[in-house]
Amino acid sequence: MTMAAGILYALVGAALFGLGLHALIVKTHLFRKILALNVMGSGTFLMLVGAGSGGIRVLPDAVPQAMVITGIVVAVSATALALTLMLRIAEETGHAELPGERSG
Amino acid sequence: MAPWAEALILLPLVGAMSAFLWPRRAPVIGLVTMALLVVSVAGLSIQVARLGVYRHLVGGWGAPLGIDLYADGLSLLLLAATAVVGAAVSVYGTGYFRGHDAARFWPLWLFLLAALNALFLSRDIFNIYVTLELLGLAAVALTALGGGSDALVGAMRYLLASLLGSLLYLLGVAVLYHGFGAVDIDVLALRVGPSPAVWAALGLMGAGMCLKTALFPLHFWLPPAHASAPAPVSAALSALVVKASFYVLLRMWMEVFGTLAGSAAVVFGLFGGAAVLWGSLQALRQARLKLLVAYSTVAQIGYLFLAFPLGAASGITGWGAAAYLALSHALAKAAMFLAAGNLLRFGGHDRIADLDRVAQRLPLTTGAFALAGVSIMGLPPSGGFAGKWLLLQAALAQGRWEIAVVVIVGGLLAAAYVFRVLGHAFTQAPVPHEAKPVPLHMEWAALLLACGAVLLGFIAPLVLSVLGIGHPFSMGGAGS
Repeated sequence: MTMAAGILYALVGAALFGLGLHALIVKTHLFRKILALNVMGSGTFLMLVGAGSGGIRVLPDAVPQAMVITGIVVAVSATALALTLMLRIAEETGHAELPGERSG
Repeated sequence: MAPWAEALILLPLVGAMSAFLWPRRAPVIGLVTMALLVVSVAGLSIQVARLGVYRHLVGGWGAPLGIDLYADGLSLLLLAATAVVGAAVSVYGTGYFRGHDAARFWPLWLFLLAALNALFLSRDIFNIYVTLELLGLAAVALTALGGGSDALVGAMRYLLASLLGSLLYLLGVAVLYHGFGAVDIDVLALRVGPSPAVWAALGLMGAGMCLKTALFPLHFWLPPAHASAPAPVSAALSALVVKASFYVLLRMWMEVFGTLAGSAAVVFGLFGGAAVLWGSLQALRQARLKLLVAYSTVAQIGYLFLAFPLGAASGITGWGAAAYLALSHALAKAAMFLAAGNLLRFGGHDRIADLDRVAQRLPLTTGAFALAGVSIMGLPPSGGFAGKWLLLQAALAQGRWEIAVVVIVGGLLAAAYVFRVLGHAFTQAPVPHEAKPVPLHMEWAALLLACGAVLLGFIAPLVLSVLGIGHPFSMGGAGS
């Protein structure tokens, strides 16, 4: 039971990563792409923390948790920059989409 | 032991924050910090030359929980390239950016330098992730500095590609950690063995780093970003930022993956060869100078990956070739972009066909472009020639004549696009343009970098002996 928890988290994390990757490539609106990157990030963090959990352990493993905290800070900064760029692009070009992918 | 390595990271961080807090003093703070960085790299070089590999346990904690700073020959050469290109770009930037733009440029530029230095000094895979992200964010912000819709769209594509690359890498870190319980590279090198975890990590990290290094066919984001960024930023991006992700791949390959991943080397070689041919052909077709130089970067990055299939069997010849090509490309491509920036300022445009007698009117800049072209083409006695010579030697020693053919054809195509630009530089445009003056220090920055690229060919024995410090190219991995 406890071992399966770790595997379950790892699988869910990988699935989130895959879903996010699909959306990043297929969706054209920049906001959806940014959301997709965040979902991928969450999947990665889940893999980092969750994959090792399970098993009878007195203390949880602190190293992946420290890595995830750092990763969350990085993701927040990157999302802020991405959103700002998206807003500026929408201002300049009138569309929140990359020119090559604009539909309609 | 003086803390040169620590200074290399702390100085630009402090400088960046100071430049942000005192925007009117930003150029002065930037130049002073850059000068101190050059001194620190010189100090570290002397220290490593005398005492061998430098290792510092930050805070005294040490692996596996602490962050280690590690400087061997390969790191040192890349740090030196960062310092040289950084100095030229900084001098150029004082002339290029004024007032409000300068207040935005200097903090971001110093953060970029901090990230580069920290990346080349890192010894654990998670710290590399953090520095890669800092590098990517700073680079994207600098790309968007120009403000027009081209620059913004180019920056957005760059950001999306950069974040995707970093996430792939982080997933690889997760796999390695859960497979082998360590993030320190030396510990991992002892523990890895053939297993699905290693192959998954190699695939993820390899894909992430190839995307960030713009290896064909994952190069789509590079030409728009590098061509629409301000000239000094393009120089730094093509010269240093793409080399950082290549360094990460090289380091992971050398230390952890090397002996476990034969077929990946074949893939790298194939795509590297395709990059050389595709990038050069695209460069020939461009109407705008900065796009031509950007596609030239795509082509030159291909050469770096040709060293992988020659890998273990050729030892320092093959890998030394990759390092040498990376160094001389850094200097030459930065010089080319700075020269292109001068031409853009001079004529108000960068259309190649309309380069109106710039050879007569901007001789220093045209000379810089020509000398940089010598290194890109691989003509003796430049650094580019030394790198290609080593690559040909390694290829022919193993009977890999197809790699040799790609190297030679790539050189011919490079000659074609360089001479195309130089040809137009001597002729009068159909409609002559009014010229804006270009400050002398901007021209000299470009010319001195180009001279450096050529001089690199003369000091090949020195560079190769520095490269051997710490034996980075004796392949680890697969346990000891």
